[in-house]
Amino acid sequence: MGVASRFILRRRGGKSWHWTDIVTWVWLVGGLIIMFGPAVWLAFSSFKTPAALAEFPPSILPYVTSQATVQGYDKPLQLFEAKMPDGSTKVLAEVRRIGLVAQMVDPTTPGEIVRVNINDRTPVRSVSFATENYTTPFTQFDFLRYLWNSVFVTVTATLITLIVNSMAAFALSKYEFRGRSLAMLIILATLMVPLSVIMVPLYSIISSLGLFNNLWGVILPTVATPTGVFILRQYMLTIPDELIDAARMDKASEWQIYWRIVLPLTAPALAVLAIFSVVWRWNDFLWPLIVLSRRELYTLQVGLSIYSGELNVQWHFILAMTVVTMIPVVLVFIFLQRFITTGIAGTGLK
Amino acid sequence: MSTTSLTDRLGSLLMAPVHLLMRIIDIPLRAVQKAAGIGGMAAVFLAPNMLIFGIFVLLPLVINFVYSMTGGTAFFLSERNFVGAEQYQRLFTCTNYLDPMSCQEDAFWAAVGNTFWFVILQVALMIGLSLITALILNRDLAARSFWRAVFFFPVLLSPVVVGLIWKWILQRQGLLNFGLYQFGIEPYTWLTDRNWTFIATIGVSIWAHMGLYTLILLAGLQAIPKDLYEAAEMDGTKPARVFRRITLPLLAPNLLVVVVLALIKAVQIFDEVYVLTGGGPGTSTLYLTQYIYETGFASTLRNPGLAAAASILMGLVLVVLTLIQLGIGQRGEKKGKR
Repeated sequence: MGVASRFILRRRGGKSWHWTDIVTWVWLVGGLIIMFGPAVWLAFSSFKTPAALAEFPPSILPYVTSQATVQGYDKPLQLFEAKMPDGSTKVLAEVRRIGLVAQMVDPTTPGEIVRVNINDRTPVRSVSFATENYTTPFTQFDFLRYLWNSVFVTVTATLITLIVNSMAAFALSKYEFRGRSLAMLIILATLMVPLSVIMVPLYSIISSLGLFNNLWGVILPTVATPTGVFILRQYMLTIPDELIDAARMDKASEWQIYWRIVLPLTAPALAVLAIFSVVWRWNDFLWPLIVLSRRELYTLQVGLSIYSGELNVQWHFILAMTVVTMIPVVLVFIFLQRFITTGIAGTGLK
Repeated sequence: MSTTSLTDRLGSLLMAPVHLLMRIIDIPLRAVQKAAGIGGMAAVFLAPNMLIFGIFVLLPLVINFVYSMTGGTAFFLSERNFVGAEQYQRLFTCTNYLDPMSCQEDAFWAAVGNTFWFVILQVALMIGLSLITALILNRDLAARSFWRAVFFFPVLLSPVVVGLIWKWILQRQGLLNFGLYQFGIEPYTWLTDRNWTFIATIGVSIWAHMGLYTLILLAGLQAIPKDLYEAAEMDGTKPARVFRRITLPLLAPNLLVVVVLALIKAVQIFDEVYVLTGGGPGTSTLYLTQYIYETGFASTLRNPGLAAAASILMGLVLVVLTLIQLGIGQRGEKKGKR
């Protein structure tokens, strides 16, 4: 324990606390709260009933007031902890309230009515997770559709990105041909063309190709990403040319060389690009918002934003759907965090 | 001894149709290779990427200029009439050039002004915070990768999720008001006050993006040779001086790249803000991308030509920033070689 705490609380000044040690820990703990807190708060809130969500001050855990079905009453009655005249407390079910007096019954002996001053009773509350926030959107809204659309767009776009970009990277790294540097230059130059600059003409191209209100209209413009070509090419440059020459001697076709030799060797770079592509496509918002105007085609992001923009915001559903939207990215983060962060630090690209 | 595990077998089973497909593709490509030679295959490999690229990036880039010189609400170029520089004129028609609100397109100038201040404040604050965080993470910390992950986590969240999280926290019954309530401060509606919404968009975008820049700066810090610090320590140099004389100069190239990257990103701010405030109240958080989006696509007052003109102006700013970034990158590379 002593060794562990000394290791964790390593200090600059050795024995005594240097002021920079204090700053470090305040910063780190503050960062932990500010960076993780909001998402955790959202996740907790997503399990609250609408009534609990409207409460102020809010509680961290989702509480509901307990109810009980009492013999002789059709509806379940709300349970209260009531202070009895003799000073003891008893759990009673409220039948009705008349002014300041509540008429209550003991759930075990429903026959006799007890009159209690409303200030002497507090509702019985228990922690309860409102899982219907999650199940209802799946059954009642188009949520499952949105989810499916998002999965389809993400998976398809990532697969095409990997194939198309690796082919281009292969050509640009392993062949000498006229116009190679021009092709490289064009690809690099378009790194600086963000969607926001070309969205008007891109929209007209998509509509003339008949891809408006079509998931392919979301997928195709995103797949030829310069970043992908760039990462893969850098990696393929490290594959020795001798390997390819040897394969040629063995009468392998160029396509076989690409597919059988270069691609397997590029696996680590392909994995990095695949992770990025999944995160990018899953998170895409502006372009799907423009291309998709039919409800049944919305991706999760578009569906969520439109839904939350409507006048009658049903926060309990929105929060639950937001959590579902977060799940794949959080999973990617948990399992591949080290991989991603070194990948970004190495390439400087996101 | 080799025993194929179940996952391996499952994998090869799944890959079997893919391999078959690749073999089928190989047949026509062999014919192409025979005709065009090995060198000609480069074009074949490059073609799909270049085709998609050409249609969905280069072509729009060119058409954008044509669009910006046409008028009307139609989207097909054939249905649009040529108006010359009218759209640009419209953007720049002002009765008083010192007051952007007197311009014909006052929303455009509101967006330009907002974007300008947003970019300046957001980037300055964010890089400052990222630098401090990177310096702290660069210390001899236990569980450094955990702390690094803490600050990086929001980077991967989608902008819509980021917007919704903060909309939830900043609303009247939200967590922020609850926190202030503990100190006896009355709940406040953060998302309906013009000044606060602007600050909120800056804060939220810093929250969402600072992890990325922290990470890049941290990589830069770790590339600084440790013996420099050891030598400074031997000489008894004060920490502030070490920071000014060693850390800052050696980190400068990274810092510059990070600043320009952050600028490029900040100019295009849209998604989070659109979800968080929708550009309001009024035009207090209307930024350029949203102006272009609304001008081009909002069905009631749609004017694709005007949107294209505005996007070209925005593109020019981005081109300048990118050229600066490439320049810095190249200078850094040369330095590294020497």
